[in-house]
Amino acid sequence: MAEQGVREVTEENTQASFVLELQDVYQRYPDSGRLKTVLNDIDLRVRQGEFVSIVGPTGCGKSTMFRMIAGIEQPASGTLLVDGKPVLGPSRNCGVVFQQYSQFPFLTVLENITFGLRLEAFGLAGNLLAIHRRRIKEFNERAMRYVDQVGLSPDDAFKYPHQLSGGMRQRVAVAQAMIMEPKILLMDEPFGALDPATREVMQLFILDMWQRTRSTVLFVTHDLEEALFVGSRVILMSPHYETDNGSHEGAKIVLDCQTSSVSPKPTDYKYSPECNALMKAIREGGYSSSNKVHIRGFNLRHADSFRTVTPEEWRR
Amino acid sequence: MRLRAPREGRPFISSDQQSCDDRGKEAIMWPITSKVMFEAANELWHILWFPFALVWKEICLIFSLSPKFSKKRVFFLSSFLFLVVIVSYLYISHERHIENPRDKVVPSVTQIVDAFKSSVTELDRSKKHCILVTDMIASSTRFAIGFLLLLPGVWLGLHMGLFPWFEASFLRFVTFFDKVPALTLLPILFIAFGLDETAKIALIVIGVSPTIVLDTYLKAKAIPREMIVKGLTLGASQFEIAYKIALPMVLPSILDNLRLSLKPVMLFLLVGESLAATSGMGYRIFVVRRYMAMDTIIAYIAIMSAILFLIDVAMKQFIVWKYPWQNKG
Repeated sequence: MAEQGVREVTEENTQASFVLELQDVYQRYPDSGRLKTVLNDIDLRVRQGEFVSIVGPTGCGKSTMFRMIAGIEQPASGTLLVDGKPVLGPSRNCGVVFQQYSQFPFLTVLENITFGLRLEAFGLAGNLLAIHRRRIKEFNERAMRYVDQVGLSPDDAFKYPHQLSGGMRQRVAVAQAMIMEPKILLMDEPFGALDPATREVMQLFILDMWQRTRSTVLFVTHDLEEALFVGSRVILMSPHYETDNGSHEGAKIVLDCQTSSVSPKPTDYKYSPECNALMKAIREGGYSSSNKVHIRGFNLRHADSFRTVTPEEWRR
Repeated sequence: MRLRAPREGRPFISSDQQSCDDRGKEAIMWPITSKVMFEAANELWHILWFPFALVWKEICLIFSLSPKFSKKRVFFLSSFLFLVVIVSYLYISHERHIENPRDKVVPSVTQIVDAFKSSVTELDRSKKHCILVTDMIASSTRFAIGFLLLLPGVWLGLHMGLFPWFEASFLRFVTFFDKVPALTLLPILFIAFGLDETAKIALIVIGVSPTIVLDTYLKAKAIPREMIVKGLTLGASQFEIAYKIALPMVLPSILDNLRLSLKPVMLFLLVGESLAATSGMGYRIFVVRRYMAMDTIIAYIAIMSAILFLIDVAMKQFIVWKYPWQNKG
């Protein structure tokens, strides 16, 4: 298996500089009486401050990877380190933004944003004492800065989530996660339920937010254009590839690239030849089942990219 | 199928294009007669049709999915059945009293009011309160204790929905227990706890709790997994997940369910009281039944139902006021 395999490391790096490390990660689910491999030997390293967008055809295991990194499920084998420590369950290391259920409906926007801070400060007891009130005021002021940053008006802070539009809700969800300063911000198709116009606004918003805070973001999406526009690095996961072995199962990272040579990206990046070329590369690189790339030809140009292969897959 | 009222101004004679053309030819032949006759017939048709049109409009409203109702209409519709019941009762009572002025089976309003008055003026055995107050104190104490003892059920249900250990330990047992007809346990309870208050309150708790537990369990189970993950990534511990996220999330629907269980609680209370008690609403009703005192019975039923109805309405208003986010996307 992967352990005996050939390792290609493009660059020597110290471990500590990577916020997220996946090595030889497999995930298998029981499917009609046997184990079906969903993720096949995933290797990935992400540095602090990167905006990684993960794309792939439907059902390729993007969300599985998301769930594993968030700690919702454990990998079948392999190592998965967030901030150098193995992931044992959902923890404060990862902030999450889901497509749905992004806030607690029983709290106002402000309470939603300060929820984590209040838990950290008071725990179960809640705000009983006067001293707590003072802390809460402090938190609220901090949350209001976030409310302002994510582009909501101060009045919105006292509304309930159901009174906000979909885009607003996602903004609040981002603020709610960001205020806890997580090591990685994980987003699973956060704009999937929004209309195209709002979506574009939100893409600009998340880019702006990222450029200001320089946090590490993992952005799972099925929209190619969106992935290229927001991400500083794009990863294509796909079950459509060829190996020397003949049969195979489960998705691999088949493409790993820097999206733009300049940072920050120009605003018309979507229409630039660089973007078009990359989009073409992704489409031809295994995005659909009709274009399969052999394992030797995977486009892993990103500096931090590395992979392990098994001898069966890659015969010399 | 969509119901639709006939369009206005439509002639009754013909409806299709062909005959309309024919009418044009007729108009040339007998210009005046035809026109006058047509208009008269049209008028007559409208006059005849008018009441039916109203009814038809109403029928269409019944099955309309998004009608705009004025407050007046809502008030009228919601009081209509009350009115029907009250009026028909009064009518039957009146008819019977014409035959027999001392009829006890369907007492008149005066008889009921008299019964109410006597239950307010007459003192009970202890000579402290009137009968009605004694009964109400006794019943409402039992009711309140029984109702409060449902809260541990809410707690258990919440934990069963969140923590697999609780689910594994309790779910099957509670589900089985829920199927035991609680009334059949009453003799056992009387033997075990004696004829005191304990047995009656135990009956309420045993009868209603399992439903409350299972309902809360289902509600807690239905909390989206994403919410819990979100809580964990914001640094919540398992108890904070339970009490700061899950509980507030299901609280309005639990209150709704408690609102619906007012009736079963009352039901078990009345059964307990009717079998072994010295005071209480149920006790009184079953005592005066021996004298066929329908007036007292009806007065008591009206008071009891009114109180429960008010509690129900108050709880509903409270939920709407306190949890404005409930049932909203």
